[in-house]
Amino acid sequence: MSNRIDQLFAGKKTGVLNIYCTAGFPELNDTLPVMQSLQQHGADMIELGMPFSDPLADGPVIQDSSTRAIKNGMSLKVLFEQLKDFRQHIHLPVLLMGYLNPVLLYGIEEFCKKCAEVGVDGIIVPDLPMDEYEEDYKPVFEKYNLHLIFLVTPETSEERIKKIDSVSKGFVYAVSSSSTTGKDKDMGHQQAYFEKLKALHLKNPVLIGFGIKDKATFDAAASNSNGGIIGTAFIRAIENTTNLDAAIKQFIAGVKHN
Amino acid sequence: MKIAENTFGSKYHVDEKGFYGRFGGAYIPEMLFPNVDELQRNYLQILKDPSFQEEFDQLLRDYVGRPSPLYFAKRLSEKYKAKIYLKREDLNHTGAHKVNNTIGQILLAKRLGKTRIIAETGAGQHGVATATVCALMGMECVVYMGSIDIQRQAPNVARMKMLGATVVPATSGSQTLKDACNEAIRDWINNPVDTHYILGTAAGPHPYPDMVTRFQSVISEEIKKQLLEKTGKENPDYVMACIGGGSNAAGAYYHFLDEPDVKLIAIEAGGKGVHSGHSAATTQLGKLGIIHASKTLLMQTEDGQITEPYSISAGLDYPGIGPLHAHLYETGRATFLNATDDEALQAAYELTRLEGIIPALESSHALAKLGQVAFKPEDVVVVCLSGRGDKDMETYIRNLPAYTGDNV
Repeated sequence: MSNRIDQLFAGKKTGVLNIYCTAGFPELNDTLPVMQSLQQHGADMIELGMPFSDPLADGPVIQDSSTRAIKNGMSLKVLFEQLKDFRQHIHLPVLLMGYLNPVLLYGIEEFCKKCAEVGVDGIIVPDLPMDEYEEDYKPVFEKYNLHLIFLVTPETSEERIKKIDSVSKGFVYAVSSSSTTGKDKDMGHQQAYFEKLKALHLKNPVLIGFGIKDKATFDAAASNSNGGIIGTAFIRAIENTTNLDAAIKQFIAGVKHN
Repeated sequence: MKIAENTFGSKYHVDEKGFYGRFGGAYIPEMLFPNVDELQRNYLQILKDPSFQEEFDQLLRDYVGRPSPLYFAKRLSEKYKAKIYLKREDLNHTGAHKVNNTIGQILLAKRLGKTRIIAETGAGQHGVATATVCALMGMECVVYMGSIDIQRQAPNVARMKMLGATVVPATSGSQTLKDACNEAIRDWINNPVDTHYILGTAAGPHPYPDMVTRFQSVISEEIKKQLLEKTGKENPDYVMACIGGGSNAAGAYYHFLDEPDVKLIAIEAGGKGVHSGHSAATTQLGKLGIIHASKTLLMQTEDGQITEPYSISAGLDYPGIGPLHAHLYETGRATFLNATDDEALQAAYELTRLEGIIPALESSHALAKLGQVAFKPEDVVVVCLSGRGDKDMETYIRNLPAYTGDNV
C-alpha cells in the first residue's frame, strides 16, 4: 500500500512546499476551504494542526491560533467529522500535527484508525518520545499505513539524527534553529547544520521548518533540503483576512515567485 | 545531610526510565532533548559527588538556616488529641521549603557550566528562592510568572526584582502557574546551551521529579533525626503535607516511603468545593494525561485540553500533580484529602491564635484536615509547615473579620 507522502517525494525531489494551518482556524468550518485553496494555489503538502491548550513547542502566533480554534469548538471529534469526505476534493498528502495528550485521551489505536479511514497520510507529535513510539505504538501506525514524522534540531547529535531517520517514515522534519515556532532566528548561521544533514545521506527526504516566511527563506530551505514547511507566516497571512482564498493565493505566490 | 543513594528497585521510587509505576517519563519535543538528556545522564553522579554534597550541606546550614526546627505544637495537640509536630520550613531563608531545591539546582547548574537561570513561579515563593540563589551565585535570572499571579502576589514580585531577577509575565492561556511553566519551557527551547531551568516542583520531565524530591528529602531526613531525639522513635504515625505539584510533600514523605507503618496524608486544594467547577483537587478531578512533559493525573476536558484549576492559594493552583504523587494515590500508599479555601483560611487563623505562627495559605490546607483524621492520643503526627504567611497577609487581613469577628 503506497502512501501519498512517498508518492509526492518519488515525483518531486526539490522545492516541496508544506504549509501548516491550525484546524478550525480562522473559523471552525474553514478547515476544508483552507485545504482546497492550498491545493489549488500550489502547495504540495498540507499539515493540519490539532489545536492544544498548552502547545510547548509553539510560539505566540500558533498558540493564539490554537486558542482561537479551541474556542471555535475544534476538537479531534469535530476534526474527524470535518475530514470525513475530504478525499473527494483533496489529493495532496495530508499530515496531522499536534501534541500527545489529546491523542492519548482519544486512544492511539482509535486515532490511527480514524486517520486511515478519512485518508490522512502522516502524523507529527513532537512530544511523543521515539523510544516509546518504537516500543508501544509503531505496529499500530504501520497497521494503518500512517507515517510518523520526527524532528531533528541543530543540537541533535549525528548518532541521534541517524536513529531518528531510521525510525521516521515519509520525511525528516529539520527544525532550522533551536527555537519555538515563529522565532526570527537567522537561518544563515545554520549552514553547517544543513551541510551536516546533507552529508549524512539520510534514507528519508528532509523538509526544513521554523523561520520560513517568504521566498528568500523558502529558497534557502529548498536549496539545502527537499523543501520547506511554513506555519507561523501562513497563520499571520490568514488570521484577519476577509477573503481566505485570495489571501492564500497571494501568500503562496509570494513564496514561490518574486 | 546526605542525598539519598540510588533507590532503583523500590516500589515508590523512580525507575531507570523515569517512571513511578505508569506515571512520569519525559514527553519532550526534540528541541529539549539535549538539555533533558544532559540532566538525565549527569544528575545522580553530580548529586553523589562528595564536594557537591559538602557545598549543598554548608549552604543549607549557614545560608538557609537548617535544620529547620521540628516544633511540638502543644495547644494544637490538645485541640486535636494527638501529638502534633510542625516541621518548620517556614523558618527557612526566603520563607518556604522552595529554597532547598533552588540551592541544589543552582549548584548543579554551575557544575554543568550553565550561566543563565530560568524559572516559573506561581505564588512567587519559588521565584524568590530562585532569584535569591542567582544573586548569591552572580547568575542571570529570568522568572516567568502568570500575569494574574503577578497582580495577586505583588510583594514577591517586588522581592524578585530587588534581587536582580527579570520577571516576565506569562500572558498566554489562563495566565497562572501552568502558563508560566509553558513559557519557561519555551525559553529553554530557545536557549538550549547556556541556560538551566530551575523547575520548582516535583513535576516536569524526568529527572526533575526525582531530582527535586531528592533535594527536598532533607525535610524527612531531619524529621527522622529530630523525632528520635524528641520521642525515642524515628518514625511518626502520620506525615501530612499540602500538594500542588507536590515538592514539600515529596520531601516530607521521602524517607518514609518504604516504611508502611508511617501513614502519608496528602491534602489538595479543594477551592470552592471539589465539584464546584472551581477546584485544584487533581486526584479527584483528573485523568491520565501529559502536562509539562510528564505523564500523570491531569485536569482536562473530554477532548484532552488542559483545564484551569482554581484555589485561593496561588501555590496550589496547578492542574496536574507530580508523578510520584499520582503513583502514591493510585497504589493507595498515601491518602488524599482536600481542603476548601474556607477550611484553609479557618486553619490559618486557628494556628495563628493557638501557636502564634502565621502559616502560608498552602500549608494551611494541610492544617485544615487535622480534624478529619481519626488520631489516637498517642499518635505522633508531623505536619509539614511548608511556608510562612507574609505573602498572604492581604488575603488574611481582608478575611479576618469574617473568621475571627475581629475588626481590622
